[in-house]
Amino acid sequence: MRRARTWLPGLLLVTPSIILIGVFVYGMLGWNFRVAMTDQHDAVSEGRFVGLQNFVDIWDLPRWHLSVNHAIVFTVVFVLGALVLGWLLAFLMEKGIRGEGTFRAIYLFPMAISFVATGIVWRWLMNSGTGERAVGLNRLFEWFGLPQWQWFRDQDWGMAAMALPAIWQMSGYVMALFLAGFRGVPEELREAARVDGCTEWGVYRHVVLPLLRPVTLSALIILGHISLKVFDLIVAVSGKQIITDVPAVFMWVAVFDSNDPAKGATIASYIVLSVAIFVIPYLIWSVRKEKRS
Amino acid sequence: MTAVAGRRAAVFGWARFGVLALFVVIFLIPIYVLLVTSFKPLTEADPGQAWNLPRVWTTEAWQVAWEKLAPGLWNSVLLAVPGSLLSCALGSMNGYVLSKWRFPGADVLFTLFLFGMFIPYQGVMIPLVQLLVSVDQLAGLQGVFYGGIPGLVLAHVVYGIPICTLIFRNYYVTIPDELIEASRVDGAGMLRAYWSVVLPVSGPAIAVVIIWQFTSLWNDFLFAVFLTGPTSWPTTVMLNNIAGAQATPYSQQMAAAILASVPTMLIYILLGRFFMRGLMAGALKG
Repeated sequence: MRRARTWLPGLLLVTPSIILIGVFVYGMLGWNFRVAMTDQHDAVSEGRFVGLQNFVDIWDLPRWHLSVNHAIVFTVVFVLGALVLGWLLAFLMEKGIRGEGTFRAIYLFPMAISFVATGIVWRWLMNSGTGERAVGLNRLFEWFGLPQWQWFRDQDWGMAAMALPAIWQMSGYVMALFLAGFRGVPEELREAARVDGCTEWGVYRHVVLPLLRPVTLSALIILGHISLKVFDLIVAVSGKQIITDVPAVFMWVAVFDSNDPAKGATIASYIVLSVAIFVIPYLIWSVRKEKRS
Repeated sequence: MTAVAGRRAAVFGWARFGVLALFVVIFLIPIYVLLVTSFKPLTEADPGQAWNLPRVWTTEAWQVAWEKLAPGLWNSVLLAVPGSLLSCALGSMNGYVLSKWRFPGADVLFTLFLFGMFIPYQGVMIPLVQLLVSVDQLAGLQGVFYGGIPGLVLAHVVYGIPICTLIFRNYYVTIPDELIEASRVDGAGMLRAYWSVVLPVSGPAIAVVIIWQFTSLWNDFLFAVFLTGPTSWPTTVMLNNIAGAQATPYSQQMAAAILASVPTMLIYILLGRFFMRGLMAGALKG
């Protein structure tokens, strides 16, 4: 170990950040969990310790079940949709194509805009009016003789429709990740496989795709954690309507409309847990991998 | 390559181009709607003309939207400019130490920092509100930290530390250690080496971090909705209020949405290269 004199100044320089992260990330996650374990169900009471009672009780609320189901449907459709579309776009572009820069710029630009702004257009596009009153996509579909939909107001598939704007917004990002992945496969490897008699499809199947696994994992983690805490988009498209409720919106309502800190904190804890469960192993794995290389 | 294979490759090339072009059209549909609707007069609001170009182009919706949104835009400037500069300063120092002046346990610390990048901010929101309220009370202030821009800047700077540290660290790793060693031999200390060796070559990383933070601060809605009040609402909250009001015509909503996106769109168009690098850093890749 090197002498303390050589590393102490460095430690001092990052100390402010260590304190800030310690207090605002870890301290507050803990504090939130503590609030979740009290019966502080209004703005004034002190809150007595009730253990995990709130975490159990919340499953009695029909609204909680609804918001969890919504989050699951949204996550599955959004993550798969963005992954498949992003992969497809990258696959079509990876060998170089005329106007590649323009394609990339257009697929990626939604990333630069806020969900609140794009939510306004998508609310118009996914307007549930039909027939004479149809605007947006329903009007467009009518012209093409396609059926009209309820979109995000649909009882069963509303959250799948809600995933469309999110796919539109994020698939360019996934494309950029995969494109970098495709380009990172050394040409010699592909050439070697061809010399060994692989067809072009075989080259993808046995050489390129296995090497893309880490990229796929990164994309899954990023999309997954965005999805589980989705808030802006839902609020912008449909506000606080129960029909599109998700845990993050439910928490907002619990804090501001019901003035129930304990319930809000309980929901927040569940959101954190759902993300932590897969992000923590991923972080440990990727830091170890970086150390090895 | 045989003639048949050559022709097949050409057909495949055109097919690829065709599919990509089709997706360009699909991706641009919302933009078409935004622009076209924002220039329509109220008389052309009927659903039957929803997809048509305006018969009469007018900027009246833009004028109303500008008047309604202007205070929010100004608040967002007051938020995003200092916020991104502060984040940049902290991130640069942390990244420098974690790549060039490592101390025992630096890796563990870095991992702990990184987790801060992924936490859903809902998980800290209730304590954060309570803390900011008490800070205001203790300092005898009202609406500065809770319900004011300074509190929102604080939150963004703190929760921006992980990503900014990551970007700078991954950039500084590529600076040869010999450069630092050389300046150390010349008698320079840690800060001196930072100032004269590292900082002068930090330009690209600084650009990436400032662009990344500016965009996230400008587009943030969650912190803003929990931490600000009517006088300090940034663009996103005001935009959502404008669009949420039943009486606001579509043309004004769309014009406001475009106005709210102009700064980040400009950054994307002018500095797209740096924007991309920030995105890639988010994927934990250098």
